[in-house]
Amino acid sequence: MSISDLSPLSAQGGSHVRAVHDEFHGDLLEVSMGPHHPSTHGVFRMIVTLDGETIVKLKPVFGYLHRNHEKIGEGTTYLGSMPYTDRLDYLCSMTNNWAYAIAVEKLAGQPVPERAEYVRVILAEITRLLNHTCLAGFLMQDLGCSGTPLMYAFREREYILDLFESLSGSRMMCNYQRFGGCRVDPSADWLEGAKKLTDRYGAFLDEFEALLTGNEIIMTRTQGVGRLSPELAIAAGITGPMLRATGVNYDLRKVDGYGVYPRFDFRVPLGAHGDVYDRYMIRILEMRESIKILQQALASIPTGPIMDPKAKLRGFRPKAGEAYGRIEGPKGEIGFHLVSDGSPNPYRYRVRPPSFINLTVLEDMCLGHTVADAVIILGSVDIVLGEVDR
Amino acid sequence: MSDAAPTTPAPISDAERAELRRHGILLTSLQELYTWGCSNSVWPLNFGLACCAIEMIAASMAKFDIARFGSEVFRPSPRQADLLIVSGTVTKKMAPQVIRLWNQMPEPKYCIAMGACAISGGPFKQGYNVLKGVDRFIPVDIYIPGCPPRPEALLHGLLEIQKKIKGFQIAGPDAPRHLRSDLECNCPVPEFGAHDIEPTANPKVWTAPVIVRSEKG
Repeated sequence: MSISDLSPLSAQGGSHVRAVHDEFHGDLLEVSMGPHHPSTHGVFRMIVTLDGETIVKLKPVFGYLHRNHEKIGEGTTYLGSMPYTDRLDYLCSMTNNWAYAIAVEKLAGQPVPERAEYVRVILAEITRLLNHTCLAGFLMQDLGCSGTPLMYAFREREYILDLFESLSGSRMMCNYQRFGGCRVDPSADWLEGAKKLTDRYGAFLDEFEALLTGNEIIMTRTQGVGRLSPELAIAAGITGPMLRATGVNYDLRKVDGYGVYPRFDFRVPLGAHGDVYDRYMIRILEMRESIKILQQALASIPTGPIMDPKAKLRGFRPKAGEAYGRIEGPKGEIGFHLVSDGSPNPYRYRVRPPSFINLTVLEDMCLGHTVADAVIILGSVDIVLGEVDR
Repeated sequence: MSDAAPTTPAPISDAERAELRRHGILLTSLQELYTWGCSNSVWPLNFGLACCAIEMIAASMAKFDIARFGSEVFRPSPRQADLLIVSGTVTKKMAPQVIRLWNQMPEPKYCIAMGACAISGGPFKQGYNVLKGVDRFIPVDIYIPGCPPRPEALLHGLLEIQKKIKGFQIAGPDAPRHLRSDLECNCPVPEFGAHDIEPTANPKVWTAPVIVRSEKG
């Protein structure tokens, strides 16, 4: 393929596009990045066509981590799928559990006690802190700050994982939510620990931001890079921080008002440019809002049962029908669509993975930028391959 | 440095050696020097597959600090790495790349199967797209169970690798693979067949276990 076969790039915008001279052009170079590449966040592969250093075509290749999650879900009981949801997006197992529990509770018409709703909100917001902190660290690693920001991020991650471990028994794969409540009741000590974490997390964010947010190199590398228009974002079904970075006010915590979120006072941060820097900033600002939610939830958590006493765990058979449950996960709208035929297994089990759908606009964001920018654009999408490939 | 098991009687006893060391004279053998150097600079390949990769990263970060054991240098290129940590689920699509990476690593090289998926397929074993253990294709030195294993478990696995290296003989029939010219180092890379990857296992490193059932049963 020669460059004259391609449409001129200037329509795509971006500062790195060079003029296409038909009479004076070089050959295009096809580079396969991945599946083993230190910057692809797992086993993701991009086949990039380059004109010099500028990307003229990008073809993503998926499926290197396809673990047939959905097919296994059709063969196991409803509760048996809960540990598998941990392994979808393995940084945020608590929110995956919650989304799945909401779908099954909708299917079975199962109420949830108030204390469990509060615990779910607390855990989901702590997960959001965990995910966004790790993402910011990984993004900085992709930008070339090897080590320090990621070290800071993982130091905080350990404090959060200590909380998860003392509550659920596992660091990463929590398997904590049940249909109609939560598995164990958090003790007063645990809630005290969560409060301590919440109180000092703001100081960590201040430190992290002092290091990074105003850094001139980071601003030059990320501002104006990987722009996504709000129209395209809506048309492609983008959700989560990526959508809000383009300026679209859509947060399921406000739109659906699931759980006890309507009781809390928090704001939804919005971006203005939809570039990599905005996506980074949105996540930092969301963490600050999460701290506000956590403080309110921890101050007002009621006493009571953690599980609905009528909830059925063994021999669980919802009546025939279908349900779709969704929540605002740290990466976007994570949803589970279940079709029941009255048997102990779902007839169809479908996951709506936010990072897979957010990845569909990767080529649109990368065209016209250099290959080094493709790495940070991919980093700012925030993908986890367990969820992309399922 | 006296961990290596001697095969021939040592010309000098440990007590005499300790006495010499007290006087500032370090007496050692080439073998001990070689294994001491090898075992304390095991550089892993910067290669994450799935959930376990996050714990692998955590092991290299502040709290667990794999640098204490000389393995903090995660190399992105297989040509510069000594240790392949298979950290996660190996699918049929990924298996040829994993084996190709293993073949690209220079000897001496070691392999850790980290987590249930790399050992046996783990929770996804019943599925159609997951390898039932990476040891069917490449020789695995250390298996670390867990889903995912804690970073401490990975560090323990690394210490076991170091122990293994310290026991190496640098010559003779007991020498490891990379010091002998009669042993093959490369593993054949499987290809996509009509239904499965072909071949489905490397018979040189893996044979199906023979299941013996007791008569009382």
